[in-house]
Amino acid sequence: MDFRLTDDQRALQEGVRKLLEGRFGRERLRAAVDGPGVGPEASLDRALWRELGDAGFFALRLPERDGGVGLGLPEAVLAFEEAGRALLPGPLVATHLAAATVPGAATGERVVTRVDGELVEWLDAADHVLGNAAGAVPVRSVDPLTPLHRVPGAAGGDVPEPDAVPAALLTAAEQLGSAGRTTEAAVRYAGEREQFGRPIGSFQAVKHLCARMLVRTETARAAVYGAAVTGEAVEIAGAKLLADDAAVRNARDCLQVHGGMGFTWEADVHLHLKRAWVRAERWPTEREAAELLAAALR
Amino acid sequence: MDLTYTEEEEEFRARLRAWLAATLPGLPPRPDPRDWPGRRAYDTAWQRRLYDAGYAGLHWPADAGGHGATPTQHLIFLEETELAGAPYVGANFVGLLHAGPTIAAEGTRAQCSRWLPPILRGDEIWCQGFSEPDAGSDLASLRTRAVRDGDAYVVTGSKIWTSHAEVADWCELLVRTRPVSADVPGHRGITWLALPMNAPGVSVRPLRTLAGTTEFAEMFLDEVRVPAAHRVGEENDGWRVTMVTLSFERGTAFVGEVVACRRTLRALAEAARGNGRWDDQEVRRTLGRLNAEFTALWRLTQWNVSEAQRAGGVPGNSGSVFKLRYSHARQELYDAAARVLGPGGLDLSHDWTADRLSSLSYTIAAGTSQIQRNIVAERVLGLPKGR
Ligand SMILES: Cc1cc2nc3c(=O)[nH]c(=O)nc-3n(C[C@H](O)[C@H](O)[C@H](O)COP(=O)(O)OP(=O)(O)OC[C@H]3O[C@@H](n4cnc5c(N)ncnc54)[C@H](O)[C@@H]3O)c2cc1C
Repeated sequence: MDFRLTDDQRALQEGVRKLLEGRFGRERLRAAVDGPGVGPEASLDRALWRELGDAGFFALRLPERDGGVGLGLPEAVLAFEEAGRALLPGPLVATHLAAATVPGAATGERVVTRVDGELVEWLDAADHVLGNAAGAVPVRSVDPLTPLHRVPGAAGGDVPEPDAVPAALLTAAEQLGSAGRTTEAAVRYAGEREQFGRPIGSFQAVKHLCARMLVRTETARAAVYGAAVTGEAVEIAGAKLLADDAAVRNARDCLQVHGGMGFTWEADVHLHLKRAWVRAERWPTEREAAELLAAALR
Repeated sequence: MDLTYTEEEEEFRARLRAWLAATLPGLPPRPDPRDWPGRRAYDTAWQRRLYDAGYAGLHWPADAGGHGATPTQHLIFLEETELAGAPYVGANFVGLLHAGPTIAAEGTRAQCSRWLPPILRGDEIWCQGFSEPDAGSDLASLRTRAVRDGDAYVVTGSKIWTSHAEVADWCELLVRTRPVSADVPGHRGITWLALPMNAPGVSVRPLRTLAGTTEFAEMFLDEVRVPAAHRVGEENDGWRVTMVTLSFERGTAFVGEVVACRRTLRALAEAARGNGRWDDQEVRRTLGRLNAEFTALWRLTQWNVSEAQRAGGVPGNSGSVFKLRYSHARQELYDAAARVLGPGGLDLSHDWTADRLSSLSYTIAAGTSQIQRNIVAERVLGLPKGR
């Protein structure tokens, strides 16, 4: 047993981080948020999408003989964790999952989205929809970088489709990335911002907020990585539950550490919180995950 | 990320399982928790069996009398013994998890050969005399004084919350050998001594815990002479000597307990299905969330063990992250048990009620949650020291 990342996994993690820093760094993020095409009109950066395709983001788990990278769930989780850190927009999970079935998805030429419960992300931008989005009506999405549609009456399918389990894991990985990023942001701000003549990070109340954030992140990390290795459905539901909790609560604590600045549009923390809320609504939600995990207690 | 065990590790597991299956049925019944001599006899007899079978000090280095097992083998040992329902370390805790490793790391050859074999054989029990009435979280402010007199230290003061003091043969004692002053901060004047509990001037007054039993004691030291040869490490270097191994306590101390908690959780679900509480969605979902929690804690354990394996067996500060999460989760587990039991949760004859009471100490003992958060914030996240 050696649960640590292998050298190859570390290299992959670093590679994706570099790629995203270069192609979707803070300036690009802010340009997307502050640009005209925000909310329901948000437009997907097709050039970036194809670059992600070229880099193997969508084809990561396709066998090499099918033009893929031939890696597994643990590697996909590492890549999606980076996407979550960077707040990379778009129906990443759906397109990744469609790599083997929808032509053009693997290369990033086509954008694929999926119906998840009652919600569909990026419906207008997508070339292909998994599931039935008939009758979908646009929603004024809380997340400026995730346009949403609601499909009335679509929820309540008892048996999730086969892709739902890996989709939950990859979503959990994105949440983990966000939780780690907000922890770093809070710690950095706590070390820089001074009040009462010293860094606010020297006040214990602030310190303890940051410590709790790290504990949530590291617990979620163990859960998400473990679930990636076993691929087991119940363990994945548990990972989603803990990663949702870490992402949402860490974003809240990060906001608190930033004071008034945290309440501004200009600080990135609200983007993490809003995206975390969107991802928490994907299957399984807290309620659904808790029921699955309870049923598995035998 | 590899969670499969090597062939060698699986062989180790199989041998251990076979030994446990052959050995456990022959054990005497567990003693009453109030019967301390009985508890000591039971715990040390188990340790002796481990010793005879070659499992004592499994992960200790060979020159300390151990078997030099890897952290992963140690993990397997803790997992399998718990799964099989074997006894806990019990009264052997301090000797095996703290005093022993400290002596092995910092003691002279003579000290190692005097103190380590009896710990491994279960012949001698140790307790830990660190906390004092006025020095708990702020351990470095301890005041029990030791004055050198010829070839001995004369020790006067008092200790408190000393677990197993009633039945211990030795105490790993922290004493002040240099007064605190403007240029000597508290932790620079502390010395580590091995105190024989039967020395003249030592008196022990058991303290009753909220669970009703006497798990710890107050210890009074009145001009107790401790031979200077019982000092481990240099005079005034006791703080460092102690801290070298303190993280061991947080590293692997709870492996067996996480396994046990997962079993308890399944038993809770079964009980809830049996008594109708399962239909209460709040209860049911709480159990579901705890399933995620304890699965994650097990993965976190495997993560920390993998990290320790790379670091040559030394656990890092990740132990604090684990302890924070685990101590809280354990309390939630037994709160959930009370909800499953309903009125039965008030019945002390139920194990879960007793365990609920003892779980209350988890966020206090071995460094309170507040202190652990300070450690995480300052040592892991690098936030500035201060208030
Ligand atoms: C079951 C049990 C067994 C024990 N066994 C032993 C043993 O064998 N040997 C031994 O030496 N000790 C033992 N202890 C003692 C234990 O280590 C101490 O209780 C613990 O370190 C806390 O010290 P204290 O009780 O003096 O509380 P205090 O330090 O007085 O703390 C009281 C409260 O103040 C908070 N606090 C204190 N300082 C700070 C700070 N800087 N920042 C924020 N909050 C703070 C604490 O978190 C706590 O909530 C045991 C304790 C228990 C409960």
